[in-house]
Amino acid sequence: ISGIKSHLQIVNLLRKLGLSINGKDKIKAQEVSRVVGALKTETSRPVTSVRGMQTVTLIPGDGIGPEISTAVMKIFEAAKAPIQWEERNVTAIQGPGGKWMIPPDAKESMDKNKIGLKGPLKTPIAAGHPSMNLLLRKTFDLYANVRPCVSIEGYQTPYTDVNLVTIRENTEGEYSGIEHVIVDGVVQSIKLITEQASQRIAEYAFEYARNNKRASVTAVHKANIMRMSDGLFLRKCREAAEKHKDVKFTEMYLDTVCLNMVQDPTQFDVLVMPNLYGDILSDLCAGLIGGLGVTPSGNIGANGVAIFESVHGTAPDIAGKDMANPTALLLSAVMMLRHMGLHDYAKKIETACFDTIREKKVLTKDLGGNSKCSEFTGAICRRVQELE
Amino acid sequence: MAAHSAVFSVSKILTSFRGGHLGNTAKVFGTTVTSQRNKAVLTPPPAKYGGRHTVTLIPGDGIGPELLGHVREVFRFSCVPVDFEVVNVNSALETEVDINNAITAIRRNGVALKGNIETKHTMPPSVKSRNNVLRTSLDLYANVMHCQSLPGVQTRHKNIDIMIIRENTEGEYSSLEHESVSGVVESLKIITRNNSLRIADYAFRLAREKGRRRVTAVHKANIMKLGDGLFLQCCREVASGYPDITFDSMIVDNTTMQLVSKPQQFDVMVMPNLYGNVVSNVCAGLVGGPGLVPGANYGRDYAVFETATRNTGKSIADRNIANPTAMLLASCMMLDHLKLFDYASSIRNAVLTTMNETRLHTADIGGQGTTSEVVQSVMRIIQSKGQLTAEL
Repeated sequence: ISGIKSHLQIVNLLRKLGLSINGKDKIKAQEVSRVVGALKTETSRPVTSVRGMQTVTLIPGDGIGPEISTAVMKIFEAAKAPIQWEERNVTAIQGPGGKWMIPPDAKESMDKNKIGLKGPLKTPIAAGHPSMNLLLRKTFDLYANVRPCVSIEGYQTPYTDVNLVTIRENTEGEYSGIEHVIVDGVVQSIKLITEQASQRIAEYAFEYARNNKRASVTAVHKANIMRMSDGLFLRKCREAAEKHKDVKFTEMYLDTVCLNMVQDPTQFDVLVMPNLYGDILSDLCAGLIGGLGVTPSGNIGANGVAIFESVHGTAPDIAGKDMANPTALLLSAVMMLRHMGLHDYAKKIETACFDTIREKKVLTKDLGGNSKCSEFTGAICRRVQELE
Repeated sequence: MAAHSAVFSVSKILTSFRGGHLGNTAKVFGTTVTSQRNKAVLTPPPAKYGGRHTVTLIPGDGIGPELLGHVREVFRFSCVPVDFEVVNVNSALETEVDINNAITAIRRNGVALKGNIETKHTMPPSVKSRNNVLRTSLDLYANVMHCQSLPGVQTRHKNIDIMIIRENTEGEYSSLEHESVSGVVESLKIITRNNSLRIADYAFRLAREKGRRRVTAVHKANIMKLGDGLFLQCCREVASGYPDITFDSMIVDNTTMQLVSKPQQFDVMVMPNLYGNVVSNVCAGLVGGPGLVPGANYGRDYAVFETATRNTGKSIADRNIANPTAMLLASCMMLDHLKLFDYASSIRNAVLTTMNETRLHTADIGGQGTTSEVVQSVMRIIQSKGQLTAEL
């Protein structure tokens, strides 16, 4: 009964947004391929919508964060996207018992809206508390980091035709933070792999592949050396593959993936892996398409929470000088729109952004041009309005 | 007597410059004297009988046997004074008898040339990777790989010349794993001060010997503060003793990003085991693939040579399409190690001429040639240079 009910909810939602399942304006497969886990037919996601507007928690961040967030908000306004922004600050505060946590109003807002967009956060060096990203990850149990890497037509790199997605387990693995000094001069770092986390990420990877019509999922591991830990991860991936026979499953060693990735990235589709390999590989793939300044990223948590972010740093040297490039945050916001089902707006904004970059007339410094951030934003806004 | 003490005092000065231009002089003056002084460090005598060296050969699996067969063919043809002692390691067996035999043979001969030994997943986790067992038992602490762009190979990036020195025995490859609670597996990554100092020292010495300007340490010390922090600290300590060489460090994810966009900025890189795996494979991919780059594993007393990316190549085994370049260049590195420099340069030149001038390429670098055609071409070029060769 609940399955049918949520299915109807989704159909109604689509109708409200002007899209239909059958007919001419069916969501095209190509666009669906950029969606992050959208439209699961089993769970219904509570979406806070007031007068058709959906509220999203916005965390501007530090450094160039506020500038690029303003840019994104302007572009969304120009596109008339039904998004209402709720700005929140996430500087760590010490709660009762001395435990560091994010401010309660930020947590509340996130729990209510379920969707968030985050700018770059500064990692304090000697502030006594862990990095903000880590704190957010722990608070919302963001277990999957999804990074779609697609070559941008206007921004030339030696690699064209890159079209892959890296899904990285975000909670355990090598980054468990458990280290000891055994004797003076000998340090031991523990890599933790649990059945539950591996199962969760494997299931998510296959769900993603299925929802976005991707053909195959490749598990990346080093089970020839780390027999038990990566062996467990691999076993869970194989089990998930059994349940999703429509998606092809392969497994490949980390070194083979690296070797083949720099020679021919077109052979990869969806990659799923534990934390450390995911960190290295997702940055490798970002490097293939042009760097962190143009790469979107999304973090999926338990309880339907999803936070989309730009993965570059705070760039304190150009903060406040109107030189920043908002592309990464903009593409993450587009990913967010697709996650929420607003494909039309997503397509509009994305096309405007890519067209502006392809034209090469108004580009920020890191993309090879000379324009200011506001000029770049303005150009995209104009294009969005033209596409109406 | 006076001459002897003069030699002694000269060698004392000379041995402090172990690398560089004075290195050869130290070898001439210093060998007899220093070996008497440093009795605690017992270097095994070379396995050289009647002017011919004996080298252990481990064929391994996949393309290993066929490529090593070609190496033997080329050596026989060029009349290289090296005899191979073949030790087979069966990767399907669960016992360690085979690999222990191989290790004993390498201890006996001091030098080995090997193909990659497969690690089957179907076996229980107690069966460790044979290659890893070999490396740790012989304490082959440094894996050296030199990635150079070859003019004859079409790649996206040009002018790459990177030396990668990778710690080979500890780090993530300690093979210490346990299941503390059902469903929770812990794998230990060990970093020790001694090994980190050793590898950093090796890296800087090699950099100085080869006239390199810059050493970059690759790490992830922002996350693994104690482990990689210790490695980085050791590198910095060693760097302070080499003021002529610039030292900097880079986080591994940034490193991979930089490698795919601007690999020309790197000179010498030193890193722990796992990052070494990733970075060496990325660099091998950048210069043209796994079939082109040779690798060497050096320990204090032993040296084992193989292809840099250690691929088994099961899918291309026995089809005469594998690229013999990496294995042939590895065998040249081995000849250099045995001080048979003339043979080494003759074979190396022939291989590089085939690659760059004749442009006879195998399928992995976009050509149509077969393995045997490439090997024949190499042998023809060696013959044409006028050296003593066997019948073709």
